[in-house]
Amino acid sequence: MILVYVETTPDGVNEVSLETVTFARGLSAAGGGVPIDAVLVGPAPGGASTELAAYGVRTVHHAESDGFDRFSGAATATAVLAARQAAGAVVVMAGGTNRGNEVMARVATRLGVAMAANVVSFGGLSPFVVTRQVVGGAALEEMRLTHRPAVFAVAGHAVEPEAAAEPGAGTVQALSVDLAHEDLLVRVVSVEHAGTDDSGSLKSARIVVGAGRGAGGPDGFKGVIELAELLGGSLGVSRVVTSLGWRPHHEQVGQTGSRIAPEVYLPCGISGAIQHWAGCASSKVIIAINTDAEAPMMTKATYAVIGDMHEVVPAINEEIRSRRG
Amino acid sequence: MTNVLVCIKRVPDFSGEVLLTEDSQSADARFVGYTLSNHDSCAVELAVQVASATDGTATVLSVGDPDAVEQLRSALGVGCTTAVLVEAEPVTLGPADVAREIAAVVRDHEAAGTSHDLVLLGNDAADSGDFQVGIRLAHELSRPVVTGMQTVTDQNGVVRLQGDGPDGRETYEVPLPAVVTVMEGGVEPRYPTITGRMKAKKVEVETRPVSQAPAGSARVRLCLPPPSPSTVEVLGEGPGAAGSVVDLLQRLGVGR
Repeated sequence: MILVYVETTPDGVNEVSLETVTFARGLSAAGGGVPIDAVLVGPAPGGASTELAAYGVRTVHHAESDGFDRFSGAATATAVLAARQAAGAVVVMAGGTNRGNEVMARVATRLGVAMAANVVSFGGLSPFVVTRQVVGGAALEEMRLTHRPAVFAVAGHAVEPEAAAEPGAGTVQALSVDLAHEDLLVRVVSVEHAGTDDSGSLKSARIVVGAGRGAGGPDGFKGVIELAELLGGSLGVSRVVTSLGWRPHHEQVGQTGSRIAPEVYLPCGISGAIQHWAGCASSKVIIAINTDAEAPMMTKATYAVIGDMHEVVPAINEEIRSRRG
Repeated sequence: MTNVLVCIKRVPDFSGEVLLTEDSQSADARFVGYTLSNHDSCAVELAVQVASATDGTATVLSVGDPDAVEQLRSALGVGCTTAVLVEAEPVTLGPADVAREIAAVVRDHEAAGTSHDLVLLGNDAADSGDFQVGIRLAHELSRPVVTGMQTVTDQNGVVRLQGDGPDGRETYEVPLPAVVTVMEGGVEPRYPTITGRMKAKKVEVETRPVSQAPAGSARVRLCLPPPSPSTVEVLGEGPGAAGSVVDLLQRLGVGR
């Protein structure tokens, strides 16, 4: 049995968890139809089990006692271990979010087994070999997971979320978890909810306009901000922009910033170092604007405009405005 | 007074193409040099801040080959006062090995009279991206651990931590001793002063062997992703390309 730790938002199962269940179905098929269970920890929206059933989940183990009202990594790991015990899972996996990585690392540590992060695919089942991103995705590592359960986290956007051809039952089973004092020693004390300018909107944006060193300084973002507004998108920047203090860190796209997967990404004045590419490689279409036609971002993009962002972007903005009348 | 231990990793300073060693077991950094992970640099900054605010000390530690002294000295140059190098061949180490070796140093220092109540590490290394050394270390030491924090403030034996969670800015309050992993974004690492560099050169680094043979990382091999064929279509040059860009955006269904 494969067990997936699933995260939710108020609207339903989060996208990375749906990707992970999709990944689990591939693993299940390779193993001859091994059942997939999910574990939900804490409050979850009512439709989550229906959504998981559509993705092929057999049973949804749900732990929702008082101890789970505020996030605790230790308590969540205890719940996942209880679900693993109840279901007899030989694979325990999660989406590669900060939460998912943390919970899988705790589960693996407590079981005394290895944990693979940033997994993008699997090879053989016997031995079980996974391929994972290292160096921000610029290289791959094949890693053998010999212990059972095999514990790993799937890199965000490694697979497209896709509902199952044959839905699962999605039966909800209340999961009883005995929490110890240590499980509740460290919990979130408070959450300052994200505003529209936080990284949450960047990560889920359909359109992202990017800017890098080519912006030239803190005053060089007027055009790209206007373009993002005209397109109903978000602004994302490269690390050099945040490290120079030109823009706040929550706008950073890259290995140590947000990982985005928009329909359209327009990087302007961004050369495309591997650390930035790690955060934007899952964009469906990339339209790069740069003076250097040989910059890595320009050669990896789908479309390119050779030119200074301070000339090209205002011209695009003007063109959009004039067509709208 | 909080004596902080901050753990760092010497990583290849890749910005372009990654090269691999002939045996495909490591990234080949001969032509690019080495640096600290961004998260590690922020952990060093936070360690120095906490030590300074509490009249404590900041000790920097690395598990790796002797060349990691270069990264230890850069941390000494920005305010850490002592340094420890656990000598090991990096390719032989898995995350559990690294955690065990750090724990051995914490225990030995404690036995010798220096308690590292707060241990800081980068959330994940820029090269291996394992996301687990801090958690394994906390388990070894039977301490609480919080991951992915961007600010750390010591308030008389309780550390107040903040970082970005899925729903917004999260705050934790954790009694010491504890382990905290750090993500970039909360502090700006300081640059070393000339005086700092001079002082760093004089510090004697405590060098010790591994406490036991490493179990390894379960790595089969490294490989490079297949190069994606460049199919870029140039829409034009300069502001004159604006019309083509907007045509394309409209075909893609955006910007209408």
